[in-house]
Amino acid sequence: MVEPRESAPVVPLVEMTGIDKSFPGVRALSQARFQLLPGEVHALMGENGAGKSTLMKILSGVYQRDAGTILLDGRPSEIASPREAQDRGIGIIHQELALMRDLTAAQNIFIGREPRRFGILDERALNRDAQAIFDSMNLRLDPTVVVESLTIAKQQMVEIAKALSYRSRVLIMDEPTAALNDAEIAELFAIINRLKAEGVGIVYISHKMDEIKRISDRVTVMRDGEYVGTVPAAETPIETIISMMVGRTLGSETFVVPNTADAPVALEVRNLNRGREIRDVSFSVRQGEILGFAGLMGAGRTEVARAIFGADRRESGEIWVHGKRVGISTPRDAVASGIGYLSEDRKLFGLATGLDVRNNIALPSLERFTGPGGILNDAAMRDAARGYIRQLSIKTPSETQEARLLSGGNQQKVVIAKWLLRDCDILIFDEPTRGIDVGAKTEIYKLLNTLAAQGKAIIVISSELPEVLRLSHRIAVMCEGRLTGFLPGGTSQEEIMRLATQREPSMQVRHAG
Amino acid sequence: MTDATAPAVRSSPRVSGAFHRLLAFSGLIALVIVFSLASPNFMQTQNILAILQATSVNGVLAIAATLVIITGGIDLSVGTLMTFCAVVAGVVLTFWGLPLPVGIVAAILAGTVSGLVSGTVIAKLKVPPFIATLGMMLILKGLSLVISGTKPIYFNDTPGFTQIAQGSFIGAILPALPIPNGVVILFAVALIAAFVLSRTALGRYTFALGSNEEAVRLSGVNVDRWKIAVYATSSSICGIAGLLIASRLNSAQPALGQGYELDAIAAVVIGGTSLSGGRGTVLGTLIGALIISVLANGLRILSVPQEWQTVVTGTIIILAVYADILRRRSL
Repeated sequence: MVEPRESAPVVPLVEMTGIDKSFPGVRALSQARFQLLPGEVHALMGENGAGKSTLMKILSGVYQRDAGTILLDGRPSEIASPREAQDRGIGIIHQELALMRDLTAAQNIFIGREPRRFGILDERALNRDAQAIFDSMNLRLDPTVVVESLTIAKQQMVEIAKALSYRSRVLIMDEPTAALNDAEIAELFAIINRLKAEGVGIVYISHKMDEIKRISDRVTVMRDGEYVGTVPAAETPIETIISMMVGRTLGSETFVVPNTADAPVALEVRNLNRGREIRDVSFSVRQGEILGFAGLMGAGRTEVARAIFGADRRESGEIWVHGKRVGISTPRDAVASGIGYLSEDRKLFGLATGLDVRNNIALPSLERFTGPGGILNDAAMRDAARGYIRQLSIKTPSETQEARLLSGGNQQKVVIAKWLLRDCDILIFDEPTRGIDVGAKTEIYKLLNTLAAQGKAIIVISSELPEVLRLSHRIAVMCEGRLTGFLPGGTSQEEIMRLATQREPSMQVRHAG
Repeated sequence: MTDATAPAVRSSPRVSGAFHRLLAFSGLIALVIVFSLASPNFMQTQNILAILQATSVNGVLAIAATLVIITGGIDLSVGTLMTFCAVVAGVVLTFWGLPLPVGIVAAILAGTVSGLVSGTVIAKLKVPPFIATLGMMLILKGLSLVISGTKPIYFNDTPGFTQIAQGSFIGAILPALPIPNGVVILFAVALIAAFVLSRTALGRYTFALGSNEEAVRLSGVNVDRWKIAVYATSSSICGIAGLLIASRLNSAQPALGQGYELDAIAAVVIGGTSLSGGRGTVLGTLIGALIISVLANGLRILSVPQEWQTVVTGTIIILAVYADILRRRSL
């Protein structure tokens, strides 16, 4: 790995070393480090969960570090709160926009620092000051406009204006282009270059390789909460950066992809569209096949799943199940067509945690257990539940145990049982092992393989590349709402990352090396 | 953004906010017209003044509730707090025999202290506002009974106390306009609250908290302190309501109060303030409170049994919120 260049006798704006940070049950950062020079755009890269945002939240006073030192302008510093960070000239533009939607642009920018005259807010000064900042950014925006009515891109600009209003010398941008189009990105980059010329140091968090190449001077890569290395952006090939990001060695299991090429197509999606989130997505899954969906956060995988399931409205696109076109506009329609969706957050959407295992399993199929006079046939429900408890080896003392008392892995199995009982033979798993411990993960993997072997068509959305690689017979990769390509099972993480960061299907990533 | 599209984009929430206020206002006008046509007694000066006087207590309480609701919170204790403040005035004036201004200050301070307590429980202990103020509602109800010895406290020994709400200093100057002081106080409170909301830091943070509390925190604002300040301000206004109702009844009735919070919240909701926070106006709340009183008064004049009045009020609450949902869907 290339170490940071100690070139000029410039005092770094920021020098973080040996930073540790733990949250209950998770070690988010371990001996992380980061350096920022004046007038530098420094990209911070890493996979989802690598610790980039956590490190920057420590720098901006949102979190407190457990260990390590922070030097600002060469002096050891404590940053106890967002306010202190602002006072020291550290501004951050959060990934999830931190704006007050009901307030105007100017009110947002100066929240907490409103100009006052005799204790009364001076709206005229407020708007005038905001306008001055917009002018300095070359931005045409009315300071009195209510933020809610602005496009995401303009809201982003308001955030930047807010950070600038603190006369920030350090500006942290967390995925600033996630919602911007090319023209808006060009505008943003022009602003960044102007700031750079004024000596502002900019931390640029992004997944997008082409942007990193375009705008940044150096790249620091993090992985699993640790510092991997810092390299000059221009001279380092994209492949090198990607391999720094994914570095993990894969478990050496032999991977056998069952031959499903002749199996009938269970689900086919044609030209699915929904705003910027889903752009012309088409794919199919055969019976017995596990199709993995890979991509970075916000690539549109969950959105595709929800649109197929009828949980969100789709703008256009056809869904074919077993060769027949089906009209799905609500989850009820999807279930009737045999599609089951196991959501990312089981507690919120997948499971009635207060109900017992039996009722959870029977919930979508209650009609089947309803006898004359609307009375539920408890015995039949019990038998069905017990059948699935055996078949899926759900660890529960009995079928009357409350679902919330089960472990994550077993809750997941209850949700699977519920869709199986409802005769769903197309199952969409969104992050099936999130929050599940390692042992239970293996069991879920086995179960998915068994289900596939029984002829179910399975879609697995996962942000963990090793998981996608281990499970999938075929991998669909998404980036910014588009399907950027299909890969065979057992491909490499590098291949997936290449497609996951490929912004337009037509535009090949330039090989700089 | 081009000049051609800018005004349209910019003005939509304002226009629709105004639309909603307009809706509540036209609702009020429609009610007035209907009742005037239905009964010649409705439009009498005497009756109009009675309606306004009847609105004064609920109106002031509803303004107090508006502040808290704009932060995205809720205050269920406004009704029993009002009573508690009235009882405190009774203790200070009748039991201790202190002068009138001391009683007035004590009643309002009792509200401030109660608001500081609720605000602290909500901001520092992170108890959800619904639960915290439900607790406060019962605590204050009990305290009122304890302090008063469960009996009403009369203000017969404090001449001038009934003048707070029932007198008319305007009438003393202009005999043609015998507007009761209670009504003047309502409009004064409304004016001040509207000013605070739109022109002071407290008001700005009230909206900001309801809009996106996390964003306010990340902006380096001391969120807890401002939240407590909003509850304290709101509760102080409840103290004013306590004085108004005690003055109108010439007594502090310790058993009264519960149920007033629902009328107050109803007025806020009818007035277009969003229960999810971030938006709302004092003017809307005032109109909401007037709609409730006009309905009660008009239906009584038309000899509709009182039981039906609450049915109508309930229906109007649902319709008002549904209108708001329709408006948002069309955005």
